[in-house]
Amino acid sequence: MNVTQFFQHSLTGISVGGCYALIAIGYTLVYGILRLINFAHGDIFMVAGYFMIFSFAVLPFPIAILVTLVLTTLLGIGIEKVAYAPLRNAPRMSVMISAIGVSYLLQNLATYLFTAIPQPYPEIPGLKLRIQIGEISTSFVTLITPIITILFVAVLLYLVNKTKIGMAMRAVSRDYEAASLMGIKLNKTISFTFAIGSFLAAVGSILYFTDRSTVFPYSGSLPGLKCFVAAVFGGIGSIPGALVGGFFIGICETIIKAIGLSTFSDAFTFIVLILMLLIKPTGLFGEKNIDKV
Amino acid sequence: MKKFLAVILSLVMALSLVACGGGSKTSAPTTSSGEKVIRIGVFEPQTGENGGGGIQEVYGIRYANKVYNTINIGGEDYKVELYEVDNKSDKTEAVNAAQKLIAGKVSVVLGSYGSGVSIAAGEYFKEAKIPAIGCSCTNPQVTNGNEYYFRTCFLDPFQGTVMSSYCKNHGYSKVAVITQLGDDYSEGLGNFFVKACEQNGIEVVAQEKFQTNEQDFKAILTNIKGKEPQFIFAPSSIATAPLILSQARELGIECQIGGGDTWENGTIIDNAHGAAEGMVVTTFYEANPATATGEEAMFLKGNGMGDTATGFSDYLVKVENQPAVIPAVSALGYDAYLAAFKAMQEAQSTNGEDIREALTHLAFTGVTGDISFNADGDANKNAAYVKEVKDGKFEFKEIVKID
Repeated sequence: MNVTQFFQHSLTGISVGGCYALIAIGYTLVYGILRLINFAHGDIFMVAGYFMIFSFAVLPFPIAILVTLVLTTLLGIGIEKVAYAPLRNAPRMSVMISAIGVSYLLQNLATYLFTAIPQPYPEIPGLKLRIQIGEISTSFVTLITPIITILFVAVLLYLVNKTKIGMAMRAVSRDYEAASLMGIKLNKTISFTFAIGSFLAAVGSILYFTDRSTVFPYSGSLPGLKCFVAAVFGGIGSIPGALVGGFFIGICETIIKAIGLSTFSDAFTFIVLILMLLIKPTGLFGEKNIDKV
Repeated sequence: MKKFLAVILSLVMALSLVACGGGSKTSAPTTSSGEKVIRIGVFEPQTGENGGGGIQEVYGIRYANKVYNTINIGGEDYKVELYEVDNKSDKTEAVNAAQKLIAGKVSVVLGSYGSGVSIAAGEYFKEAKIPAIGCSCTNPQVTNGNEYYFRTCFLDPFQGTVMSSYCKNHGYSKVAVITQLGDDYSEGLGNFFVKACEQNGIEVVAQEKFQTNEQDFKAILTNIKGKEPQFIFAPSSIATAPLILSQARELGIECQIGGGDTWENGTIIDNAHGAAEGMVVTTFYEANPATATGEEAMFLKGNGMGDTATGFSDYLVKVENQPAVIPAVSALGYDAYLAAFKAMQEAQSTNGEDIREALTHLAFTGVTGDISFNADGDANKNAAYVKEVKDGKFEFKEIVKID
């Protein structure tokens, strides 16, 4: 592997990792608040792809992007209201099964409505621009993905740590009964969390699908699983953890494919999950939590 | 109150189970009006990875069913009815779907798009003594050792050999191959391409593999770029093709890229946003209304009746809400139906063994040319069409013949 190839691979890895990080944050936020692994998150990401396709067909692109972001956010809130909120006091397992149900519902609904034929993802002007730096050839979207990711994470960290709603989120994640006793509106805070998670999934979906140019009903399932692993790796519940986890999975995957072991690239991701759970179940940045008995 | 509700609910569930049981009982092959019916099973993926291509084959079969909808056997008229099942592009689901067809008492089975599912289900059809006619499943193992499986298309080795001959004809000396792991179709084509290249004195500089549902090809493409091939052969699914094409162009790979018959699909051109320009595919069929005669003319121009009045592309638009472009697999689906129809007519029977016997010596001219089956059940063909994408459209490039 020469220097050019090395840089080309690094760029690919960082860009893929950026998308993974954006999705992984959605898992982490929801887990942090509800102790729920939102299995439907990968599919929200996929549906965001379809939103973009349809809104782009009728609207100019800046508005189409806005519409996509808003619709996906509303979808996330809607799913929470319909499928998770009624189960607020049910055992955690029921909510998780409900999440799996939503995931299959979204996949099959998409197959039914849009067929399994991959749909072309619209080309947002400028994003697909080819850029040549020395021997390295890449597109604009590949370059800006990691930048956008880090930018959004910075904003999110500010939101969570410095604002009132962020404080409410942290309080709910600690102990939601105590938080609601203190006058924090539980449902509002949870809705807000889902809104942020889905919003970031929509941003990730625009970056991810622009690079891959097609959307089909199952295009959210594998990235969804990988991002879940990324979130666990970084410590589920921790935002910087999701960021680091996303980049780690993206870069490792690219390296493994680059050295000719494509066969094992997916296996590797899930071995990481198993190892992490065996060695350090709380992940890199996860807090140790002692359950009250 | 809650207990009462629970009792009611469980009663409802129990009743619905009973209802399910009643529904799955297979009805005798007659319609309510007493008309006699022959069932032809359509064993195709309508969802899953190959759902997009499978449904195109189904369109061809449905169209053929509208053209040839009654058959006279032993002086009695039978209505030919299609029994469609979805094998979901999955080898386990394929077995379930096959069993559903067998339970549904079909006389012949058509399909499937994708060789893997056909191989998985083949044994079941053989055991039930139901002949199956594949449309575009090109892996040798589909018909190998299974006297009940036939097919209307050419085989993997043939397509790999054709592509290699194409490279030789165009003076390419360094080529690369990308195949999908564990996929019989992709690896089959790739292997035979490599073998033929060795015989043709073409150097294969890189052989890369990827996993099913992979969306990032930049890592393997970066490696390929370093080896500077003049041609990349990447037989794979419709979902994969635009990704490989656009990511290759993004990385600055300028050489020609080619695929197998699955790549001959308009959605690839749309999805690759211009990156598909110049790609080549081998294919089973090329519609040419100007020179069409006989069955092909009927297929393209219609028979003046009902939904099939003005030909297949109008049918696609009007009935199925699809673009007017005719996919090659639809033509093969049509031919497979025709083979089944003619065999039943010749056998004068709805019995699977008799139909199989008739298929072995059947000879007719279908849409995709002369069709007869060899001892393995494969269609006798010696030429393939090579098409190239020009200005966003598939254009006929050349016919490559193999001796």
